Amino acid sequence: MQALTNKVEVVSREPLTFWERMYLPAILKGMAITFSHMFKKKPTINYPEKKRPFSPVFRGLQILNRDEEGREKCTACGLCAVACPAEAITMEAAERQPGEEHLYKEEKYAAKYEINMLRCIFCGFCEEACPKDAIYLSETFAPSNFQRKGFIYGKDDLLIPDPIKEPEAFAKARGSRAAHPEGHGNEH
Amino acid sequence: MILAIDWMVFIEKLVLIIAVVSGSLVIAMYSTYMERKVAAVLQDRRGPNRAGPFGILQPLADGLKLFFKEEIIPNFSSKFLFILGPCLAMLTAMMVGAVIPWGNKVNLFGRDISLQIADVNIGILYVFGVVSMGVYGIMIGGWASNNKFSLFGAMRAASQIISYELAMGLSLIALLMVTGTLSLKDMVGGQMDHWWNIFKQPLGFLIFLICAFAECNRTPFDLAEAENELVGGYHTEYSSMKLGFYLFAEYINMFLSSAVMVSLFFGGYDIPFVNDMHLAQNIGTNWAAILQGLCLFGKIVFFLFLFMWVRWTIPRFRYDQLMNLGWKILIPLALFNMVITGGLILLKQNHWHF
Repeated sequence: MQALTNKVEVVSREPLTFWERMYLPAILKGMAITFSHMFKKKPTINYPEKKRPFSPVFRGLQILNRDEEGREKCTACGLCAVACPAEAITMEAAERQPGEEHLYKEEKYAAKYEINMLRCIFCGFCEEACPKDAIYLSETFAPSNFQRKGFIYGKDDLLIPDPIKEPEAFAKARGSRAAHPEGHGNEH
Repeated sequence: MILAIDWMVFIEKLVLIIAVVSGSLVIAMYSTYMERKVAAVLQDRRGPNRAGPFGILQPLADGLKLFFKEEIIPNFSSKFLFILGPCLAMLTAMMVGAVIPWGNKVNLFGRDISLQIADVNIGILYVFGVVSMGVYGIMIGGWASNNKFSLFGAMRAASQIISYELAMGLSLIALLMVTGTLSLKDMVGGQMDHWWNIFKQPLGFLIFLICAFAECNRTPFDLAEAENELVGGYHTEYSSMKLGFYLFAEYINMFLSSAVMVSLFFGGYDIPFVNDMHLAQNIGTNWAAILQGLCLFGKIVFFLFLFMWVRWTIPRFRYDQLMNLGWKILIPLALFNMVITGGLILLKQNHWHF
């Protein structure tokens, strides 16, 4: 039959020659090959010390955002929970009391905001649904925990650090998104 | 007076024994680390690098893990033999160290101390005797486990070691004809400042090397623990430190067979290209002994590397190929080598006249 490609290699079924049956030359050849691999560059990246750069549209764990004065942006409108295809988000709304203006940006805020990270599929629909730019997906990933309840992230886990009180932690949480402050990295 | 024991000799031998035993244990420990690193480097990986700088503490972590594992003795096993197996393997592995000359001698407290535990005048025969005992550890362990895969592994190990011991012994007879002595110390002494035996017996060395691989149950002759055929081989049923003993025994065997090979063929503690006698006179016996020890160690490490290099290059033999190689190739080759050597020695004694 005619070969369809030029990649065909015919296997030789001839009996081995004396040189091949000596076996030792073949062994030496093999050992030379393995030895040469000692000087090859290793493709491994030492993970916790060194990290690969993320793509700008990487979708990691969610973060609840604050404005420049450190006030929570979320108004507990519930659009993210509606958009969530995995139904991972639950929240309870509360009204802002007088004297709490420095804590919450608008009159209504989320008293409880929970994301079940075992349900979340990191699609980023919550970020797209949010009219207030209050939630976005960060570059953090690989959460680990010993118990299931540890995967239900509350406001303590989700809120970004205060930009005034802890500017360094805030900048770290912002990550590369700090370059474009209103950044919806994965929009458009 | 036969009862007048020189207590100093007793003490110095005791210290030497402790040093050799603990030394070979530490080296066996770090051979496991070296094995993993060499394997990694040959396969473009990094190997253990988490425990301590460069993963230096990895063997300690491994040992600790083995110690803390549950000790399981199978219900249907023969309990006494089950425990005896790893003990024997370890014991026989360690015993070889007794006759290997680790250096010439040191001068401490006004005494000349020979760096060899026992200068037995049949040193190499002793090595053979002890090494062939090593198969008992494997055989007893495999049989006592009462598991067919263990028994298969043990049977393979036994038949393999017995077959390859023949070729090993025959290859050595030619060497013994050349050196004219059985004592390892004299053999090393004969190679000091002369040609090493490897140049007199290259074929003998090759056969000895191949047989040493087989004796240590190392790839390509690791049929006794062929994971894909036998689950785990003779130590399938073993756990915790009893398994550790088997694994350790393998590395100690490797270390000591490297030492034997170096002593027989590569001049032992001889420093190459240097006149050791003059060196000892110039810089003192103790410094010379240290240099010689380092030199021996370097040679041994090279052989350990060779063991590992071969392991991560060559696939395992099939059982019939193993037996063919042992009985149909190595033994006739060794006999041929013996006859040729004998003929040459006769010719030399006759001043190269027929």
